[in-house]
Amino acid sequence: MNEFRPVANPESGHTEVMTLDPSLKARIEARQVTVWYGQKAGVKDVDMPIYANKVTALIGPSGCGKTTFLRALNRMHDLTPTARVTGEVLLDGVNVYAAGVDPVEVRRKIGMVFQKPNPFPTLSIYGNVVAGLKLVGIRKKSLLDEAVERSLSQAALWDEVKDRLHAPSMSLSGGQQQRLCIARALAVEPEVLLMDEPTSALDPISTQSIEDLLTDLKKHVTIAIVTHNMQQAGRVSDFTGYFLNGDLVEFGPTNLLFTTPKDKRTEAYITGRFG
Amino acid sequence: MQQAPVQPSVIKRQPSAIYRVLGDRIFLAIVLLLALSIVALTLGLGYYLYLGGSQTINKEGFFGFLTGTTWDPALKLEFGIWPYVLGTIITSLSALVLSVPVALAAAIFTAEYAPRWLAGFINYLVDLMAAVPSVVYGIWGIFVLAPFLREAFYLPFFLWAAENAPWLSRYLGNPAGYGMFTGIVILSSMVIPFTAALSRDAINLVPAAQREGAYALGATRWEVMQTVILPYARGGIFAGAMLALGRALGETMAVAMVIGNGNILPYTLFGPASTMPAVIALELKEAVEDLHYSAIIGVGFYLFLIAFIVNSAASYLLNKLKVGSQRA
Repeated sequence: MNEFRPVANPESGHTEVMTLDPSLKARIEARQVTVWYGQKAGVKDVDMPIYANKVTALIGPSGCGKTTFLRALNRMHDLTPTARVTGEVLLDGVNVYAAGVDPVEVRRKIGMVFQKPNPFPTLSIYGNVVAGLKLVGIRKKSLLDEAVERSLSQAALWDEVKDRLHAPSMSLSGGQQQRLCIARALAVEPEVLLMDEPTSALDPISTQSIEDLLTDLKKHVTIAIVTHNMQQAGRVSDFTGYFLNGDLVEFGPTNLLFTTPKDKRTEAYITGRFG
Repeated sequence: MQQAPVQPSVIKRQPSAIYRVLGDRIFLAIVLLLALSIVALTLGLGYYLYLGGSQTINKEGFFGFLTGTTWDPALKLEFGIWPYVLGTIITSLSALVLSVPVALAAAIFTAEYAPRWLAGFINYLVDLMAAVPSVVYGIWGIFVLAPFLREAFYLPFFLWAAENAPWLSRYLGNPAGYGMFTGIVILSSMVIPFTAALSRDAINLVPAAQREGAYALGATRWEVMQTVILPYARGGIFAGAMLALGRALGETMAVAMVIGNGNILPYTLFGPASTMPAVIALELKEAVEDLHYSAIIGVGFYLFLIAFIVNSAASYLLNKLKVGSQRA
């Protein structure tokens, strides 16, 4: 798992080999992942690692397949009857699409934060954070209290809500709601956190508070973040994958990919010539 | 197809000044008038029902009329509607209790589990159930449901109770098949479609983001239903149940045909009972005495009051249950 994986590009036929630190451990490894919507492929033959305790950004123009790829990692496509995934997604070496693997277990280990904050409106702030823990049968109040404080602190929301934990979740602002959703995902102690444009519905100040958060969060979890904002990818990520028309065009350390892209298409995108 | 040439005069024509000035006001006046007619209709209905019933209501007293247990239009001319009030409330609430689980199950199954063709088929049948006239349910009740319930349940249960639990027999009543429980069963099958349709719509309106949020936490299908979908849809489900209750309270024909129409307090399960709408429908054409006539209209007034109270309580509770700002 410590070797480099060359990133193959099936369209251009050439292979990018990035010079990476060999001590890195891939928490997730996608191998030849293709997501089919009926007869049409949303992403094609993607090989890509998500390194442990790093932030990996997925960038690319709208409709390029970055969200489709992200949702393949925790088997969210299982919920769409027309979607089908081929290839392998190895989580710590185990293919999450292998027969006998329960998607419910996969999603417990790989949490997700969505584009629009989606707290459960009938539950309180506290109720939202413990929702996932209650699903696994944890009922003991001291454990739940502990998890609430830990997750809300990790999501940088604790100080703002500690005096009103039982207030309705919808009483929070949009940015607070999104941090609540992050806390909700963190409460079940996932190994990986997938974030699908988590700041696209938020104002600049809330966006910054969530970006600041990621630096601290990656000490605990591995993060993959989809963003349409290249500045954001540059600010928060250690690695970046650039998607175009369903292909992973280029993958590498963020600073290298942004300064010396190997592919003309990547260069065109990051210099703002399209997208 | 030949296209008509554009007439420049049509484009240039300006609305007249009077139209521009008055258009808005006339429109507002019409809308206001029509909206106010709702207020007039409701208040007028209540007022004239009271007026029509006032002769008997005044004689028996406002609460005496409501709580009196003797309804004797023939000899004593004494009118108390309590047996009918109880009959209406017991049958409606019981029908609600019986129908909501079935309706909710149908809604959950069609909205979340069934393949599309099956969901479409079931939904079609549910809508059809709502469209079948009440009197048709009544005929089915008389010729199919009542004999079936008598043979399959009432008689065996009655005989069992007679041997093993004699004390129970007096609460069971005559197992003829035409009585309160048959009325409850037919009412509950009639109100299923209202709860089912509204619950189904409410479940379908739960945002995909809510479901995905729960799935992403590692919830199973049932857990998603329980923790996210049903709580989110609870307002619509409650509204469906209240609509069903309203229908059950006012249902006339089918109930009148199977409930046995006894003017006694409905303390037996199988025995005859009656409801307020049934007594209005059955006795109005036979009333000769002014006092009897007025009493029947008085029943209508009290039914109107019950509907008013149930509706007010329902809309108050609905506001509390509804998932508020819909921002998620």
